[in-house]
Amino acid sequence: MKLKQLSLFLENKPGALSAPVKILAGAKINILTLSIAEAQQYGILRLVVRDWESAKKLLEKNGLLVKVTDVLAIEVADRPGGLAEVLKVLEAAGINLEYMYAFTLKRGRKGMLLFRFDDPDKAIAVLQEHKINVVGNAELLQRLED
Amino acid sequence: MSKHSLPKVAPFDPISAPDFLPPGQLRELQFTRLKNVVALAFERVALFRSRMSERGLAPDDIQCLEDITQLPFCVKTDLRDGYPFGLFACPMTEIVRLHASTGTTGKPIVVAYTQQDIDVWTNVMCRSFAACGLHRGDIIQNAYGYGLFTGGLGAHYGAEALGATVIPISGGNTQRQIMVLKDFNVTAICCTPSYFLHIIDQASEMGVKLKDLPLRAGVFGAEPWTEAMRQRIQQESGIKAYDIYGLSEIIGPGVAMECPCQAGPHIFEDYFYPEVIDPATNEPCPDGVEGELVLTTLSKHAMPMIRYRTRDITALTSEPCGCGRTLRRIKRISRRSDDMIIIRGVNVYPSQIETALLKVEGALPHYQIILTRQRGLDEMEVQVEVTETVFSDTVGGLEQLQARLTKSVETTTGLRPTIRLIQPHSIQRSEGKAKRVIDQRKM
Repeated sequence: MKLKQLSLFLENKPGALSAPVKILAGAKINILTLSIAEAQQYGILRLVVRDWESAKKLLEKNGLLVKVTDVLAIEVADRPGGLAEVLKVLEAAGINLEYMYAFTLKRGRKGMLLFRFDDPDKAIAVLQEHKINVVGNAELLQRLED
Repeated sequence: MSKHSLPKVAPFDPISAPDFLPPGQLRELQFTRLKNVVALAFERVALFRSRMSERGLAPDDIQCLEDITQLPFCVKTDLRDGYPFGLFACPMTEIVRLHASTGTTGKPIVVAYTQQDIDVWTNVMCRSFAACGLHRGDIIQNAYGYGLFTGGLGAHYGAEALGATVIPISGGNTQRQIMVLKDFNVTAICCTPSYFLHIIDQASEMGVKLKDLPLRAGVFGAEPWTEAMRQRIQQESGIKAYDIYGLSEIIGPGVAMECPCQAGPHIFEDYFYPEVIDPATNEPCPDGVEGELVLTTLSKHAMPMIRYRTRDITALTSEPCGCGRTLRRIKRISRRSDDMIIIRGVNVYPSQIETALLKVEGALPHYQIILTRQRGLDEMEVQVEVTETVFSDTVGGLEQLQARLTKSVETTTGLRPTIRLIQPHSIQRSEGKAKRVIDQRKM
């Protein structure tokens, strides 16, 4: 159920973002989705790729600092209140959301968002209990093929 | 101390015998040698002669060991002013070797050795290795730089005299260092502590587990380091990290060396006479009180040094050591008065910053201190390389880390630094002495 996200430490200086992007491009690794969190002096690039293990090895070989974090891809109805419904369930269960960002993938009337929780396993249990679809790795890859 | 609490040491090596001389006998030997070296310096070195004469002193005025305190000091600039051969006490026909300091500012200082001086140096280096339990059969990788720097050749001759196998790999090419460590079943390594830290990092990147190798001892010196750094090195690599002390002006490495008690380096007092003085008053410090280390070479022929002010801050202790050596010990030298930086009027040593950074959970060993002046005020920025263990995927996590580091440095030094987190490997790795401070202030 859980997806692996790679987080990279980037110093806030010109060319910091293009370095990892070029490395991945050179190895023909496609970035499925990404987000950047920025502080004053540095940023954190978070990204999801198909084969995270070889991407991590490659980035580290090039001197980058990479951390692997579990994230959840959750299907959210693409209409007003769609996200609010999902968050309500999580809030009620007392699950802490660290951050989230979107996937470009959409199927039917449903979009997909990426969530980072402090306790992803508990989040999965709660979401499933409420029949909210958590998209696992296999299903995600299947959708990418479609 | 009971017999059972003695640390485990290798079988006694006769080479170490002078380390255990009865104190009375040692003092007698020191006095005889002191008289000889003062007479030699007075006769052959113009600078010593004129300084002694100014004070109305002649070599015969040295009536006991304590009389050494009447003699004039010698400082680094004396060596620089005498560049290149000014302080030599022998004609070049007797000098078999020259070395020179790295000379970070201006001209280097040149030091000379007769064959007898080389033999003494070899002897103290050999005893240094024996003191940390190395012997014939050990394989010693010597990663100190070979060349004008005294580290490489000093360790080399000592290790050979011990009967160990020496790998004269010199500094640099870290991947090859690790390959050799692994493939040659190396049991001990000599280099600067900061370079070994780099080897630890690189080995882990190469998937080499240092803990699984036969490597058991590191002879680390040539730069100040802290106890916190020792603990980190020992934990991460599974070896024992020994502190060796020396300086080219006196002989090179091998002036003092730790034993397995790791309770501060023992000075090889039969050849080097130590004093600790208060640098402000030049008065001797009592046992255990910190001051500047002053050394006299008791047997050097080519370039005798009398009361040389090392600029290294330490304390001398004559308390018995668990190893049984009668040689007095110095406290680990983690700072030099030369390294002291004054920030907004506060005296700070890089070692204080190092201790503060290593105190924070997930300790960060690679750092650099950048000093700037903005609108007339000194600013201290501490750049710290982020490591995998402390890196967080949330900004909040990294901000917490910055706050913890800031607080730790502030508690230790009284100054609030700017902590800048930077990419791993962005601070240039040194194969020799690490450069910890970059002072960009325009004075």
